[in-house]
Amino acid sequence: MNQRPGPMRQKDISSCAIVGVMSEAGRRFDGTAIMRAIAIMRDRSNGLGGGFAAYGIYPEHRDHYAFHIMCESIDAQRNAEQLVSRRCTVHHDEPIPIRQVEAFHTRPLLHRYFVSVTAEARERNYGLSDDDIIVRVVMDVNASVDGAFVFSSGRNMGVFKGVGYPEEIGEFFRLDEYEAYTWIAHGRFPTNTTGWWGGAHPFGLLDWAVVHNGEISSYGINRRYLANFGYHCTLQTDTEVITYLFDLLMRKHNLPLEVACMAMAPPFWSQIDRMPADRQRLARAVRSVYGGALLNGPFSVVVGRARGMIGFNDRIKLRPMVAARRDDVLYIASEEAAIREICPEPTELWHAEGGVPIVGELRDEPVAEVAG
Amino acid sequence: MSQLRKWLVEPDFIVVRDPERCIQCQVCVRQCANDVHEYDSDEDVVLSDSSDCVGCHRCATLCPTNAVSIKRAELEFRPHGNWEAAVLRNLYRQAETGGVLLAGMGNDQPAPVYWDRLLLNASQVTNPSIDPLREPMELVTYLGRKPDMLEIEARGVSPRLTTTLAPQLELRVPVMFSAMSYGSISYHASIALARAAAAAGTFANSGEGGLHEGLREYGDHMIVQVASGRFGVDVDYLNVAAAVEIKIGQGAKPGIGGHLPGEKVDAGVSATRMIPEGTDALSPAPHHDIYSIEDLRQLVFAIKEATGYAKPVAVKIAAVHNISAIASGAVRAGADIVVIDGFRGGTGAAPMMIRNNVGLPIEFALAAVDSRLREEGIRNQASLVVAGGFRSSADVVKAIALGADAVYIATAALVAMGCHLCQKCYTGKCNWGIATQDPYLTKRLNPNIATRRLVNLLNAWAHEITEMMGGMGINAVESLRGNREHLRGVGLTDRELRILEIKAAGE
Repeated sequence: MNQRPGPMRQKDISSCAIVGVMSEAGRRFDGTAIMRAIAIMRDRSNGLGGGFAAYGIYPEHRDHYAFHIMCESIDAQRNAEQLVSRRCTVHHDEPIPIRQVEAFHTRPLLHRYFVSVTAEARERNYGLSDDDIIVRVVMDVNASVDGAFVFSSGRNMGVFKGVGYPEEIGEFFRLDEYEAYTWIAHGRFPTNTTGWWGGAHPFGLLDWAVVHNGEISSYGINRRYLANFGYHCTLQTDTEVITYLFDLLMRKHNLPLEVACMAMAPPFWSQIDRMPADRQRLARAVRSVYGGALLNGPFSVVVGRARGMIGFNDRIKLRPMVAARRDDVLYIASEEAAIREICPEPTELWHAEGGVPIVGELRDEPVAEVAG
Repeated sequence: MSQLRKWLVEPDFIVVRDPERCIQCQVCVRQCANDVHEYDSDEDVVLSDSSDCVGCHRCATLCPTNAVSIKRAELEFRPHGNWEAAVLRNLYRQAETGGVLLAGMGNDQPAPVYWDRLLLNASQVTNPSIDPLREPMELVTYLGRKPDMLEIEARGVSPRLTTTLAPQLELRVPVMFSAMSYGSISYHASIALARAAAAAGTFANSGEGGLHEGLREYGDHMIVQVASGRFGVDVDYLNVAAAVEIKIGQGAKPGIGGHLPGEKVDAGVSATRMIPEGTDALSPAPHHDIYSIEDLRQLVFAIKEATGYAKPVAVKIAAVHNISAIASGAVRAGADIVVIDGFRGGTGAAPMMIRNNVGLPIEFALAAVDSRLREEGIRNQASLVVAGGFRSSADVVKAIALGADAVYIATAALVAMGCHLCQKCYTGKCNWGIATQDPYLTKRLNPNIATRRLVNLLNAWAHEITEMMGGMGINAVESLRGNREHLRGVGLTDRELRILEIKAAGE
């Protein structure tokens, strides 16, 4: 799985293709559609990274955190398992099923674990929620176990990623055999990379999965801001920073989605000056308190989470993002072509506004399997 | 004690007059408060005695025929690496007077300026730069205590803020005018600073000399100082201002107090400082009610009580060796803004040995404090303002990238008003009408013109800051603040890079 970037390595810079497809009815469908959508934007990636996140794929383990771990060696895997089992009970584990794909010469060991936090761990960390403890386990493995990397840690969802074109990665992970109500995908065009499987996107933490196109010029301060709250960015990627920000603002600070997005892509002061008094007070407070969370520079991002999907653009719209709806399905993509490929006649199609989130939300609990 | 008829100290400057250009108009005679020029009516000739020339260029600048120029008096001592000319001059001076060597303005020694060893980033290809002439560029900065998080009530149609924020100062440009007391500078200079701050959407600091009645109408744009001498401090003084700053120390003279000579204490200064006319105004070295960090906390909260918790309280400290622990203590003592003044910071008067040898470069102090406060998770509890020799908008951008919320300037503002940095502020004979109370001299500074020049300076810097930010692909100053990814060091040691927490050029 090759070297990860060292701490002094220049920040990882990449351009990309992104897609998200979600059934707001919670209808589950297999991965062939999203693979076609991302494949048509092949020009936006260069074979150095691709990946997917799928929500609703492990209904039989829906109450357990699903850890996807990649390891360089059996030893690394053992060390990771040891560290995980200190705070977690493993209910089930198995190799992640794969299919031979000609393009991949090497690949890491890929294994998944369905875990829950042990009672002792809860007692030892009485101030923390299960989610907080899981975050610590993930950060500990990723920071301290050489050659092991947890790349997915949510419940009833999973991240699948690696070095290659996204359609090859999908083929490799047999995504045609999974059914999910939300799929997000990423094709990567890094301008400098170590070809590390863990460095591919989406980046996942708990049930957050983020795919992103752009380069965030505020990275340096976003990273330091997150460090105040115990998040240690080790991957030098913008996607990692965006994921942690969503986790901090929405899960830990309990901000409504709209306010979290306002913190990350705030209105201009000149717009704030024209808002009604109450709204103005809110916007001023958000900008002055959450300045470290402002994402500056060009980006378009699709964020997956258990209850929905968010498409989100920088506030002056320096990267493309198109959205569409038909029936119960919300589509978000870097290019219209990707949407038309899998939904030739959308009832609604629009270009995302800078800083205004596009939100897909589950109407009810996901319904049982319906053919896609 | 008998005085030598002639000083052993030779003049610093030589006045050169071109007799063919001189028209005997005597502008120079009238302009020089040091009596360097003299008109001989018998011969109809203007003569100059260079020995008292301070090099302020007032005569040369105003001479209508450009007949006067000022040169450095290069009396050549035999070269010596240790016993340089400046050293010898100081020794002659002290042998003559038996006194402490005085100096005005900031440290004039060639100590390294680390700003010049930091280089800024710009966008190319992977990230577009942003054109500030076409796109909004935001410099608005809020100074004051911020909570860790906001509480929002999400029920109902739109989210509602339930957190009450601590009082904040709103800056339209992240540059303020640093403390300069009325007394050390003239009323005209003070009023120009206050007016310019109001016009540019920033703040001017009163210094420790109280607030003249005429300046109180600009209170919304003034920060008033409470220093060890407590001059001019009463409850009205605290309440008329936008914020209150407790001055613990000053970069030019950490660890010592201040001294405004009685000669500068005229009726106006006397009324404003609340001291008798003609008496020396002595600020003790420490605050005599602050001998520990818990004492500081009491003063911070005494001021908050007196002002109804409606104004941010700043604590200004000089950059000294243990600066990060001290700054952390100040935040924990309740400071809403911590001001750090580096060793190049200016002054109206300081003992030369202290000015030139005590303290730390602001670059290191800032980097260390910002990192320390972040490590402790209290960086959001106070804003960080830095001062001490900021020369240009590039210095400001680099300071913000290192972690400052805003920058204080004073020397640059004086220069904008006409100061030529002759460094003789403590004599009270400022020919530019700035650092003097002599009405014959102060009327030379037109407050309206000075205001315009100060506003021009701030506007020019703001424009340059947005250009640099746009180049980095940043359109809001909060994304530059503490963003050390946009800095690279040149010619710095590994250790210096580590303290600044920046990468070397090429990394």
